Amino acid sequence: MIEVGLNHFLVVSTLLFSMGIYAIVSRKNAIQVLMGVELILNAANINFIAFTRFGNFGLQGHLIALFIIVLAAAEAAIALAIVLNIYKTLSTVNVDEVDSLKD
Amino acid sequence: MTENSIINISLAILFLPLLGFVVTLLLGKKVKSIYLFEVFLITVVLIASIFLAFSKLSYFIDDKIVSELEWFRLSDTLVINLGFLLDNITVLMLFVVALISALVHYFSIAYMKGDERYNRYFAYLGIFTFSMNGIVLTNNILMMYIFWELVGLSSYLLIGFWFEKKSASDAGKKAFLVNRIGDLGMFAGILILFLTYNTFSFDAIFQAIGTGKLPFNSDFWLSVTGILLFMGAIGKSAQFPLHVWLPDAMEGPTPVSALIHAATMVAAGVYLTIRIFGLLTADAMMFIAVIGMLSAFIPATIALTQNDIKKVLAYSTVSQLGYMIMALGVGAYKFAFFHLVTHAFFKACLFLGSGSVIHAMHHEQDIRNMGGLRKKLPLTYATFLISSLAISGIPLTSGFLSKDGILASTFAFGSLTGNWIFAIVGFLVALMTAFYMFRLIIITFHGEPRDHHKYDHAHESPFVMAMPLAVLAMLSIFIFYTPNPFSADQGWFFSKWINSAELHAPNATRYDFMRSEVSNHSEAVSETHSTHEEITYSEKYTEAMHSAHYPAMIISEIVAAIGILLAFVFYQWKKVNVDKLTASIQPLYNFSLNKWYFDEFYHKTFVAGLLGLSKIIYWFDSKIVDGIVNGSAEVTRKLAFFTGGFDRIVVDGLVNLMAYISGFIGLIFRRVQTGKVQTYLVLVIFSIIILLFLF
Repeated sequence: MIEVGLNHFLVVSTLLFSMGIYAIVSRKNAIQVLMGVELILNAANINFIAFTRFGNFGLQGHLIALFIIVLAAAEAAIALAIVLNIYKTLSTVNVDEVDSLKD
Repeated sequence: MTENSIINISLAILFLPLLGFVVTLLLGKKVKSIYLFEVFLITVVLIASIFLAFSKLSYFIDDKIVSELEWFRLSDTLVINLGFLLDNITVLMLFVVALISALVHYFSIAYMKGDERYNRYFAYLGIFTFSMNGIVLTNNILMMYIFWELVGLSSYLLIGFWFEKKSASDAGKKAFLVNRIGDLGMFAGILILFLTYNTFSFDAIFQAIGTGKLPFNSDFWLSVTGILLFMGAIGKSAQFPLHVWLPDAMEGPTPVSALIHAATMVAAGVYLTIRIFGLLTADAMMFIAVIGMLSAFIPATIALTQNDIKKVLAYSTVSQLGYMIMALGVGAYKFAFFHLVTHAFFKACLFLGSGSVIHAMHHEQDIRNMGGLRKKLPLTYATFLISSLAISGIPLTSGFLSKDGILASTFAFGSLTGNWIFAIVGFLVALMTAFYMFRLIIITFHGEPRDHHKYDHAHESPFVMAMPLAVLAMLSIFIFYTPNPFSADQGWFFSKWINSAELHAPNATRYDFMRSEVSNHSEAVSETHSTHEEITYSEKYTEAMHSAHYPAMIISEIVAAIGILLAFVFYQWKKVNVDKLTASIQPLYNFSLNKWYFDEFYHKTFVAGLLGLSKIIYWFDSKIVDGIVNGSAEVTRKLAFFTGGFDRIVVDGLVNLMAYISGFIGLIFRRVQTGKVQTYLVLVIFSIIILLFLF
């Protein structure tokens, strides 16, 4: 049986983070981009928990993880509202077609 | 009577004429009779100066009253002061100036009647009196220089008073310019004094000289300073070789000639020399004596042949001033001032007398058109005669006392130093003086009238003109100066009123007979002595003066008598045909008639030289200087063309290039700006990865 250490957690969170980045950069659908963001936040959560577990930080990591979960919920609500508004104005949620930042 | 009140009175004497000048000048056009204000003020000044002289001579006869106030401060050691110095000479001179000025004011009331610039004339007289009083009162040479220039200005204004006449305005200019030459020397002298002693005050300078401090530490430079300062006197007192302006100055109104160009302003040069007498060395005094001698002799020979009544008097003035200067040069300090005073009175009387004649003859000045005026102008004749006797040095007159004193001192100088030239020339001039004065009187007043028309209209002058003549003629009588008509030595004027000379030049540089004898005995005594107020002349000098008195008196009487006799023989009794005589010495006669060709000589040399020089300078200016200026302008233009090209091509090119490059870079990087958040994020991530690898 392999002893699960800090590195394992870090590898998992790195994979999760990379998949999140990949989702944000490559997905065309705005909803999928948002899902990528959630993945990155969760990767950060794993890091916090892992460092709390293996480092001598008390409960700070747990607290920040909880805080991030709350923040992610709020962020998801606002981001979905923005996506809805983009759809209302431009009739699409394809981020390639939304390039009005250029102007 | 305190010193303070004396100072206050002198302040009033100084500034009242200035007030008169300002008021008369400002209101002259509006108020026709404003001149009476000026006349009133001058009367007040006259009374004040009599009072001042009286109080000074009775209460402070041995004191020297000095009052100074700070004018400005250049540094702690360089303080420029204004100040008064009142000794007996000052108050006597003030009285002379005020009296003659007042009399000339009265005289002018009638003489100038009907002139279109009547009030302005009186204003000018006011500023002249102010400036002259300033010269007399000052205790420092800077202030003297300022007032010196102010009298020069008033003289210029009054000579050119009738400036519509070209000759008058030319004469004014000439007087002004010729005076500048002398003043230049004086200014240089003042600068040397200030450089050496850091002060302008006479007393402080004398004291410093007394302690042995000399300009550039050399006797030679002390002599030079004395001579430079004396150059101011050469200009102002019309001494040879700058005497040419005074005869021309006769273009001014005659009362002005009496006031400025006979009695007071031209005597300012003598007054200056009296003031700086203490610092004169033997060399400087010899220079002064020679200048005085030439100035006494040359104009006297010119006066012999002149036909303009005022020209004769003008040359006679130069000659008499030469006497005073010569007297100072041979060390006869007191006699120089004495002659200054007596001469002021009788020469002013002569000039005002000539003014009276000219007035009576309706501005005829040529004596060849006069004659027989004795009957028409008895009072003028009498006063003119008394003054002429005085100037000729006939006993019982003031002129006798002072002139005899000067001749005796030249005589004594001769016996002390073996240098007899001054005595010989002095007696020669006395002979000529007597001759030309009586030639003038005889031709003007005696004989038959030559111009009957003018003669018939001639009339004696009114009271305001006659009164000054009478007063001045009276002052030409001995009794005002001394009880003894043959010698002034014991008189109050000479022995009590005039202070002795103060000598401060180093002992070794003085004439033998002016060295203080005490210094031969011991050093300590000589040091206290050199700062002492009065240093008397040596015993030898007093003895020589004493023994010179009678011979000089006898010779001067004989030559004066010969001069007068000759005048009568030539012009009254006509024993000798004058025309034939002149024809036989035609070259000499012409030489004298044409004033030794001084004007022509100066015109040929200095004026022509100056004009030539100005032409050369003009050529230099127009060709070289202008050429350089134009050339540099051309060069600048060319240069500007090139820099313009450089600007256009290189600088503008660079700027445009930069703009082009920026545009090009912008063109490339514009591609990055897609507006898609995902592209940006990719860039961010790649950048972070690159940065992570780099560090």
